[in-house]
Amino acid sequence: MSALLEVENLNSYYGDSHILFDISLEVAKNQVVALLGRNGAGKSTTLKSLIGMVRPRSGQIRFDGVPVHGLKSHAIAGLGLQLVPEERRIFGSLSVEENLVLAGLTAKSRWPLDRIWEIFPRLRERRRSRGTELSGGEQQMLAIARALVRNPKIILLDEPFEGLAPIIVRDLVATCRRLAEAGQTLVIVEQNVTAAMTLADRVYIINNGHMVESMSAAAAREQPELLHRHLGV
Amino acid sequence: MITWPNFVSQCFNGLALGALLALISSGLTIIYGTLGVLNLAHGAMFMLGGYAGYVAYEATGSFAVAVVAGSLFLAVVGVLMERVIIRYFYSRPAEDQILVTFGIGICLVELVRLVFGSLSKTVPPPSWAAGISSLGFMFYPTYRLVVVGIIAVALLALFLVLFRTRLGLIVRAGIEDSAMVDALGIDVDRVFMIVFGIGAMAAGFAGIVNAPVVSLTPDMGDAILVQTFVVVVIGGVGSFTGAILGGLISGEILSLTSMVDPSYSGVMLFAVMTLVLMLRPQGLLGTRSQT
Repeated sequence: MSALLEVENLNSYYGDSHILFDISLEVAKNQVVALLGRNGAGKSTTLKSLIGMVRPRSGQIRFDGVPVHGLKSHAIAGLGLQLVPEERRIFGSLSVEENLVLAGLTAKSRWPLDRIWEIFPRLRERRRSRGTELSGGEQQMLAIARALVRNPKIILLDEPFEGLAPIIVRDLVATCRRLAEAGQTLVIVEQNVTAAMTLADRVYIINNGHMVESMSAAAAREQPELLHRHLGV
Repeated sequence: MITWPNFVSQCFNGLALGALLALISSGLTIIYGTLGVLNLAHGAMFMLGGYAGYVAYEATGSFAVAVVAGSLFLAVVGVLMERVIIRYFYSRPAEDQILVTFGIGICLVELVRLVFGSLSKTVPPPSWAAGISSLGFMFYPTYRLVVVGIIAVALLALFLVLFRTRLGLIVRAGIEDSAMVDALGIDVDRVFMIVFGIGAMAAGFAGIVNAPVVSLTPDMGDAILVQTFVVVVIGGVGSFTGAILGGLISGEILSLTSMVDPSYSGVMLFAVMTLVLMLRPQGLLGTRSQT
C-alpha cells in the first residue's frame, strides 16, 4: 500500500538561501510521525513546504496519490492536509467560535462544534472570548481545534508544545494520543523530544536541511545515543 | 469673530466632511489591512466615482441612477485593476506597490482630464434635497445633512457585511493573517479581488454622493487621498471602526481649524496625527504596531 503522504527530494529556499536539501519522507495512514532536529534544521520549512506556504523549488509531494507541489495552500488544505502552525497564528480579533466557524467554511466534511467541545471543554467555556484573551495553552487548543474542525486526513503540528507549562503539555500530549488512537494521522515537529517520542510511531531527524535518520520510534528509543548526537538531548 | 451659529455650522460641516472621510478611509484601510497594498489610486477612484455619476446624471437626469452607476462603475474598475495589475504586486516590495498604484492614479486623473477637460463639472443635488433647512437656531444646506445620513447608512451596510457575514469573517481574519486564512482552505486571492472591488466601490459611492457639494475636477482626489491616509493612521491601520472614528475626528479638526484660520487646517490635522503616533503608535483603535 502506498503512503498517504510521499515526499521525494524536496528542495526549498528562502529567497536565495537554500534551506531544504533533497528531503524525502513518507507518512502512512493512522501513523504518528515525529520530525526532529535542532533549531533551524529545517523542520518548520518542511511543514510549510508541504502545505504550500513555502513553494518548493524542486521535488515531488504526493498527498493521497495527488501531486500537490506547486499548489496554493488553500488547494492543498482542500485535499485534507492541515497545518497547526508555529506560534499558533489564531485570529486574535475573532472569538473562539468565529475561529472555528471560519476554519470549517470550506471543509468537505466538518466536525460539529459539540465534538470539539468534548475534546476541549475549556474552549466551550471560552467560546465567546477573543483569541487575544486566551492563555497560551488555550490558544494552542484552539489552533488544534481549528485544524480538527476541517476533519483533515493529516494534521501537521509545528512545535505544538513550545512555551507551555509542563502540566498543559501533558494534557495536550494526552489529547494528541487520543486523537492518534482514534486513527488521526499526525506529523509532529517538536523541540520537546520526550513529548514527541511518547506519541511517535516513526521518527525522522533533520540536520542542516538534510534528512539524516529515518527509523521506527521503537528503534529510536533503543538508541538514545543517536538522538543525543543529532539533537543534543 | 467666532459666533455661536458659526461654530455650530462649522461643526456640521466637520461632521459632513468627517463622514465622507470615514467612508473613503474605511475602504482604504480594509484594502491595506487585507491585501497589504497601500492604494495610492484611492483618491483618483473617489474622483472617478464623481465623474461616472456625472455622466449617468447627464444621460438620465436621475440622481439615484447617478449614485448607483458611480458605485457600480468603480466596483468594476476596482476588480479589473486588481485582476489585471495589483495582484501581480502582492509578493513584490512595498515600494513597487506604492509606485504602481500611484501610477494608476495618475493615469486615471489624466484620462478623465483628456475626456472631460480641466474645467469643473457639477452635479445638482436631487430636487427633494435642494435648498436649505431650518434647524430652529440656524439654516443649513439640506443636502449636506442628507449626505451625512446617506453615508451613515453606507457605513452601517459595510459594518454589517464585515461583522455579520461569512465574507466579513474571512476579511477580518485576512486582515490579521491572510496566509493562515489560505491555509484553512479559503482562496484568499478571490477574497482580495472582492475586497478591492468593495473598497473601490465605497470610494466611488463617496465620490458621487459628495459631487453636489463640490465641483468635480480631475485632481480633486489628491487632497482627499492625503487626508484619508491621516485618517487611517489616526484610527489604526486595518481597523474599520478606527477609520470611522479617525474620519469624524479629522473632519472636525479640518473644519474647526478653518474657522479660525483655513491655512492652518492641514497643519493641525498633521499635528494631531503626530500626537496620536507618539502616544499610541498603532492608532486609536488599531491592534498591531506599524513597522
